[in-house]
Amino acid sequence: MSAETSLPISHRQRLWLYGLGGLVLLFLIAPSVIIVIMSFSGSTLLQFPPEQWSLRWYESYFGSVEWRDATIVSVKVAVMTMIVATPLGTAAAYAINIGTLRMTGAINALLTASLIIPVILIGIGTFFLYARIGLNNTLTGLVIAHTVQALPLVVLTVLSGLRSYDMNQEKVARSLGANRFSAFRQVTMPQIRFSIVSGALFAFITSFDEVVVSLFISGGETTTLTRRMFNALRDQIDPTIAAISTCLIVLSIVLLSAAQIFGRGR
Amino acid sequence: MQSARFEDLGGPHGTLNADALRADARRESFGLLALLSPGLLLVFTVIIVPIGWLFWLSLYDETGALSAANYARFFEQASYIRTFITTFKVAFFVTGACVLLGYPLAYMLSQLPRRAASICLIFVILPFWTSVLVRTYAWLVILQRKGLANSWLIDLGVISQPLPLANNFAGVIIGMTHIMLPFLVLPLYASMKTIDTDCLRAGMNLGASPAATFRQIFFPLSLPGLASGVVIVFVLCLGFFVTPALMGGGKVIMWAMRMEQTTSLYSNWGAGAALGVVLLAVTLALLGLFQWLLGARATGVWSSR
Repeated sequence: MSAETSLPISHRQRLWLYGLGGLVLLFLIAPSVIIVIMSFSGSTLLQFPPEQWSLRWYESYFGSVEWRDATIVSVKVAVMTMIVATPLGTAAAYAINIGTLRMTGAINALLTASLIIPVILIGIGTFFLYARIGLNNTLTGLVIAHTVQALPLVVLTVLSGLRSYDMNQEKVARSLGANRFSAFRQVTMPQIRFSIVSGALFAFITSFDEVVVSLFISGGETTTLTRRMFNALRDQIDPTIAAISTCLIVLSIVLLSAAQIFGRGR
Repeated sequence: MQSARFEDLGGPHGTLNADALRADARRESFGLLALLSPGLLLVFTVIIVPIGWLFWLSLYDETGALSAANYARFFEQASYIRTFITTFKVAFFVTGACVLLGYPLAYMLSQLPRRAASICLIFVILPFWTSVLVRTYAWLVILQRKGLANSWLIDLGVISQPLPLANNFAGVIIGMTHIMLPFLVLPLYASMKTIDTDCLRAGMNLGASPAATFRQIFFPLSLPGLASGVVIVFVLCLGFFVTPALMGGGKVIMWAMRMEQTTSLYSNWGAGAALGVVLLAVTLALLGLFQWLLGARATGVWSSR
């Protein structure tokens, strides 16, 4: 980074820029920090910093059957989404990376469709489809819908891993007598496994945090955590949600760090 | 691929084996298609089929006759026009706020030494991966009538009466800006990183002041990245649901909320579907226009996630 430091502007002359950028960073991070601190408050009033501390909102989260059931549903769906989306996305990324197929543009557009099409339209469309085939309010329905949302992220993550991998190695393995699958499993996969793991983690968190589609297609026994939170927020501001939010923030941090660590291993 | 290379060799062997090689190539692409097909099939069934179905549905009125009534409604009923105006107004304000906040941040990130930049980047990426609900809840806690912002301002003596910050237009703008900001900063930062510092150094060598170097060299070079961020944010704003639904206090009705109300509350699928079709058309038109003007895809942000 010597190229940057050799610009004839000192850091001191840039103080205003750092100040401004710092304020924007504060704007980005402050809400999460405030929520984490508020979740340990001992009172129902919104005070910051709280005057007394307690774990009562965590007790109210873990003690409530409704919240617990919703959390279990969300975890189940996220794990299954991860299990389904990762192999599908990896297979698709592998095929795209070979690059001999025609209509690559159409294939890419279809695979990344769920990133471009407004989520509300996907939600309504999925609900409409599921109403006909009886998949509303089922775990299967949620897993399918979330897999579609997570797929592009897995494809893009694995693809970026494959781009920095030399496919000739797999050809060598095949010319030495390995069949295609075992060549992939023994030669290619160990070298892109970090991208695959990152993709899997992104799939998990995409499913776990998904709100809009779940609002339409989950309910009753299969109410997801995000759906229950959304409904709770519509009514009133329950500090229990601060405790749940803190758990979600911690989960994000853990998964992101894991993805980061695995990503670096590449 | 292997077979294609053998064919390149040409000569008598090439023509002799042409049929076998072509069969091999065909088998290869069938294999690749088989790898792609589960994913493609899933996306096609869950996204494309229902949207096509909804489009079909939007072409019929309540009596089941083919008509444009579902679309004509948008021009005739004042409430729809209000919804569109609100949606575009919110999208403009949020995009503007994101540019004002995001450009200096991305610029700072691009100028910081690598280590410091990657630490600062964590503060951009972490909110990006935090649930939209969590962040909306945080803003509700901060901005509501008896919320943190109002009690701080009253304690400091700046105001005597609580300001209406949540459950209105301002709340929606603040909450959405927070959610959209990383979508602008990440592609902008990535494009700023590719700007060659030598260009800037050359400008300064030739006597330009730092301000002039920025204005005449850096800023124009950063415009494609800025444009891509702006398009993503604007398009995401048009179809955004969660924050306006929770922070609008029922007063700020945006496009996506209207779709939810028409379908869930009034079960008017034709009208809801028509709203969705127009939203998708506007989204694709904006993305297409962008791609045509700049020759780049606006979805780049996702790979840096």
